[in-house]
Amino acid sequence: MARVVFDGVTKVYPGAVIAVEDLTLEVADAEFLILVGPSGCGKSTALRMVAGLERISEGTITIGDRVVNDVPPKDRDIAMVFQNYALYPHMTVERNLGFGLRRRRTPRDDVRQRVDEVSRMLGLDELLRRRPGQLSGGQRQRVAMGRALVREPEVFLLDEPLSNLDAKLRVQMRSELKRLHDRIGVTTIYVTHDQVEAITLGERIAVLSEGVLQQVGPPQDVYDHPANVFVAGFIGSPPMNLLRGRATGGRITVGEVELVDPQVPEGEVLVGIRPEGLRPVGEDHAGPVFEVCVDVVEPLGDEVLVHGSIEGPVADVRSRAEDEALLADDEGDRARVTLRLPPEERPKPGSRLRAAIAQHTVRLFDPATGLAIRPR
Amino acid sequence: MSAVTEAPVVLARPDPRSLPGETGMVERPRRRFMPFDPWHLFLAPLAVVMLLPLMWMVVTSLETQAQTFHFPPILWPGTLRFENFANVIRESEFGTWFWNTTVVTVTIVLSNLVLCTLAAYAFARIRFLGRGVIYFVLLATLMVPLQVVLIPTFLIVKDLGLLDRLGALIVPHLASVFGIFMLTQFFRTLPIELEEAARIDGASRLSILVRIVVPLSLPALATLAVIQFMWTWNEFLWPLVTILTNQSAFTLQLGLATFQGAHQSQWHFVAAANIMSMVPILVLFLLAQRYFVRGIATQGLKG
Repeated sequence: MARVVFDGVTKVYPGAVIAVEDLTLEVADAEFLILVGPSGCGKSTALRMVAGLERISEGTITIGDRVVNDVPPKDRDIAMVFQNYALYPHMTVERNLGFGLRRRRTPRDDVRQRVDEVSRMLGLDELLRRRPGQLSGGQRQRVAMGRALVREPEVFLLDEPLSNLDAKLRVQMRSELKRLHDRIGVTTIYVTHDQVEAITLGERIAVLSEGVLQQVGPPQDVYDHPANVFVAGFIGSPPMNLLRGRATGGRITVGEVELVDPQVPEGEVLVGIRPEGLRPVGEDHAGPVFEVCVDVVEPLGDEVLVHGSIEGPVADVRSRAEDEALLADDEGDRARVTLRLPPEERPKPGSRLRAAIAQHTVRLFDPATGLAIRPR
Repeated sequence: MSAVTEAPVVLARPDPRSLPGETGMVERPRRRFMPFDPWHLFLAPLAVVMLLPLMWMVVTSLETQAQTFHFPPILWPGTLRFENFANVIRESEFGTWFWNTTVVTVTIVLSNLVLCTLAAYAFARIRFLGRGVIYFVLLATLMVPLQVVLIPTFLIVKDLGLLDRLGALIVPHLASVFGIFMLTQFFRTLPIELEEAARIDGASRLSILVRIVVPLSLPALATLAVIQFMWTWNEFLWPLVTILTNQSAFTLQLGLATFQGAHQSQWHFVAAANIMSMVPILVLFLLAQRYFVRGIATQGLKG
């Protein structure tokens, strides 16, 4: 078992394209860390640098006690599962599983024993004589996992391993992966663009955007206390509602609503409220309330998503272009919001709804930098 | 070139999949007058025209010498003289020619498979200084006609002391630019992840080439083998130039030419020997054709 440390790791591709910038991150021994971010954020590049498939432009990567910058992939004691599985199509499942061991001149009996163990563990024993072309997607995925497991590596690298499976199988494999990790306890780095996968699987998640690490922490922490506007918009589905407000004398004005926060600095702020932080209340509710004009209602069975708009000012906020895109859409002087309601609540499209704000769920961001005000 | 790149001429025929509304009128299924596609009326005679020379050769190989000069040609001789084949083998050095050609062809095909694979893999996957330039220069040599390099190559072979020996036929063709080009293009289509997975699994470059790339490239390698085999087996000009006097180094094609004299040609022997010399190519083609199908390289990917 080993820890993996990124120390100031930068990857520059020819043409001065920066894929990963100054990444510093420690993955503890036996930890399950998720690298998550939108496509092109550098997460796969970071993983491939650990594997040794990409050269490191700057900084160091340490596996265990050894800096591996110049160590070839085969000597890093890592195993990787590729997004497209990359099974050797001309070999049977058995030979696929044993390929790595045979290349390492493991005695034949040991190879057979390891292959047997792993194929039993993953339920592949019936398929050993088949070739990848004769397997279903889920079975191929399992073989790819098995090929990595069989070598008992120090570090397990997974590059979007579930993204080619259908939704049902993905959920099933997700829990299987988690169980597997609990059982073998190998340091695992898992790359995904799917934030649901990230939240459900990881012990810690690291959010990347444009090659830069945005936040690292346990999934719930990242969800509850996003470090910046990007994380607020990326983690959570539907994303956090971000509204423009103005703070004066410990009060924040968002449209017609006033929120009390004695410590807030004066000036423009971005107010972030999770969809579940807004709940419908009656006319007699005393606290701050948004008048939501309901547009679309999406019943999802276990919950109802309500998309609507509220009275909200369109302030001229300086922020990075991508953050701008995350901000609630402004239509004239109305801002779009999403509410997550229990299944029995079914407001009609076109109706009006009074939504109270759970004040403790409100997060504030600096519109100039996008950073959280008073992060935890 | 334009004739090659232009789309083939297709007779106007309503597409059965097109929707009725598309042409502005309702199309009814056409009544069929014939139990076969009308195209066959054009293609079947064409096939006969293509097969005619082959048929004529077979017929000629079974005739007497007198019959071969008859005009109009006799397309169905009364008696079939199969002894022409035996006579060719008995009265000429056919066995030697066949053996020489086999040695030359098999050596060239095998060395092409090995050398072109190595070179092509380097061009396809290894980054090295000048890769693009060298590749381009190599490709450029494909544009140089044989006549231009004939004399320089002859001089090199002469300096190597190979004239009049089988080596003269083998050495200049041990590797071919065409083979390198074809395999490079094929290797580039193989999923790189397979090789990356093998690297992580601990395979060396050579091991990746032998255990992953080559098994996945059998269709391309089989194609290259057949093409190279045909070229070498049928090569006439180069042996004619380099094998000057040594009859024991004659290839089949040189040998066949000896049946045609300045004053008299033994067409029945030419035809019989030609048919026998075609057999290996036909056999190879039948053996290799099961590889001429889509490769399996992408079957280990995705779901």
